[in-house]
Amino acid sequence: METSTKAVTSPADRTGRFGAFGGRFVPETLIAALDELSAAYEQARQDPAFWAELDTLLRDYVGRPTPLYLARRLGEAAGVRVYLKREDLNHTGAHKINNTLGQVLLARRMGKRRIIAETGAGQHGVATATVCALFGLECVVYMGAEDVRRQALNVYRMRLLGADVRAVESGTRTLKDATNEALRDWVASVRTTHYIIGSVVGPDPFPRLVRDFQSVIGRETRQQLQTLEARLPAAVLACVGGGSNAMGMFHEFVREPSVQLVGVEAAGEGLDSGRHAASLTAGRPGVLHGSYSYLLQDEMGQIAPAHSVSAGLDYPGVGPEHAHLMASGRAQYVAVTDEEALDAFERLARLEGIIPALESAHAVAYLLREGRRWADAGPVVLCLSGRGDKDVAEVAALRSRS
Amino acid sequence: MASGFPITSFEVDPLAAPFADWRARGHVALIPYVTAGYPDPGATADLLDRLAAAGADVIELGVPFSDPVADGPTIQRASQRALEHGVALPWVLDQLAAFRRRHATPVVLFTYLNPVLAMGVDQFVEAAAEAGAQGVLLTDLPVGSDPELEAAFERAPLALVRLVAPTTPAERAREIAARAQGFIYYISRTGVTGARAELPPELAAEVEALREVTSVPVAVGFGISSPEHAAAVARVADGVVVGSAVIDAIDRGGPEAMQRFIASLRRAIDER
Repeated sequence: METSTKAVTSPADRTGRFGAFGGRFVPETLIAALDELSAAYEQARQDPAFWAELDTLLRDYVGRPTPLYLARRLGEAAGVRVYLKREDLNHTGAHKINNTLGQVLLARRMGKRRIIAETGAGQHGVATATVCALFGLECVVYMGAEDVRRQALNVYRMRLLGADVRAVESGTRTLKDATNEALRDWVASVRTTHYIIGSVVGPDPFPRLVRDFQSVIGRETRQQLQTLEARLPAAVLACVGGGSNAMGMFHEFVREPSVQLVGVEAAGEGLDSGRHAASLTAGRPGVLHGSYSYLLQDEMGQIAPAHSVSAGLDYPGVGPEHAHLMASGRAQYVAVTDEEALDAFERLARLEGIIPALESAHAVAYLLREGRRWADAGPVVLCLSGRGDKDVAEVAALRSRS
Repeated sequence: MASGFPITSFEVDPLAAPFADWRARGHVALIPYVTAGYPDPGATADLLDRLAAAGADVIELGVPFSDPVADGPTIQRASQRALEHGVALPWVLDQLAAFRRRHATPVVLFTYLNPVLAMGVDQFVEAAAEAGAQGVLLTDLPVGSDPELEAAFERAPLALVRLVAPTTPAERAREIAARAQGFIYYISRTGVTGARAELPPELAAEVEALREVTSVPVAVGFGISSPEHAAAVARVADGVVVGSAVIDAIDRGGPEAMQRFIASLRRAIDER
């Protein structure tokens, strides 16, 4: 099977909107760079050589296509026929590298020699540091000081790969603040630097550009299931923090009304506890990090701290296209708690011999709880966005405390 | 009068007349910034009075936001401190209304979109005008980002102050100038706010280039931290914006030190 990273359509309109959501709410200093990036992407999209280079790297360097694996024991436990889309088997251990490879090729086309990125769990930081090593580019990764503590292994990996990891001490010291700091760096360095944003968030063109680079997930899934079962899935499920693995899975199926799209957010200690990261399920629209989308915020429009046991979901915003898919009723967004995610982390390990990332474990938890709703309609496909090695120490510490 | 303002702009642009008057007299505006509620809410009224007394022509009053991506460490810290004191937009408008009963000095509210969206744009522009604001500057509402939203500010009786950056192409600068109200805020450097030791050497040429495409008054800010900087900027611009350095002065010696600093900027500008 081909990896087939073809140029894809971008339903975001000229001003980068998905319905009411999205846009470009950034300091004036960045507008020229966003125009430059949009133009470079438009050119690249129409250049077969760009996609050929990306396809080759995805195949030979990342290891795509990733398997679509029929998880029999998980399916028995969940009461539904379920396939796992094994993004955890990508080089660097998560879906993030699909995007960083695409963006680093764009940066090269724009002649930018310095790369910056934000990271939460560290997976995007590792994926960015990896492609910078591959192409010999300078790499600076901003990471909340709290996440530096929670994800020590990934910090070491990034440094090993040659990245300069900067701990961010401002605000809540997590992904939101790392993103602020990366944006501030970019405001000052924009002439020489490309910002590889890690999810389908931020100002246009990032949400559509990251989605397009991640949409290889859904395209492969469709072809693989066609080969295996000659049908479309009844539903596709994915965890949603910023929402890049979910958009990557959903995009191929948005125009197939028979396929349910389900995004699983982090309910943290419970939606009523005020300590969660469920922007879509429990937030309100507003502007953060350059786009109009759902946010966790107080009545005065100050951004509220997010909480999740999973650093990659610990973000008070979400990609604007998800906000649009929710508002239009095309996708459904649900939330599971830290506790449910931790249980799912352990159950998938024992049922399938696969240790999922805590982020992905949220989707597994929802499947275990509600999978029976597709018992007669199945199969369903769950995007296993990353591997859980990075989380083992943190989970062990949490479990020994309780 | 050679100000070049269309007559209609006076109706919705309360800063047009003062800037036209200043330009006619060869007076360069001093535009200091303070974060409302910093270092504590009790200090704000006195700080505003002192800015007016020391010769501010326009005051930029910062409404703190939790995630100020256009701001460097000084204003980030001031904003965070104000928020810890519970400062919010309605309180800032109350402070402004009280100041307006004491002084006529024009005030521009300097903030980010989200606190304004949370209040509601129509409600905000009405409340801000009612409180006595002459303008609003939203760092994350660049020209063209949301025509409907921008129009809501533009038709309100407040000047919507727009920014031009060193990275803004000439054609876009012209587009921004065509829609500018009040004054154009020229960002002196490619970066976030914060006091700097030196002004960029190319600044004067950049401001001259901007003047070639517009007759709208141009104020320059970002990084201006000393009377020498202020005088140098005043030789090429209609206004001098000083932000982080004002906060630094408050940190150094409280309200008196701030007032002395503002007065020294005033002198330097007038004697340029």
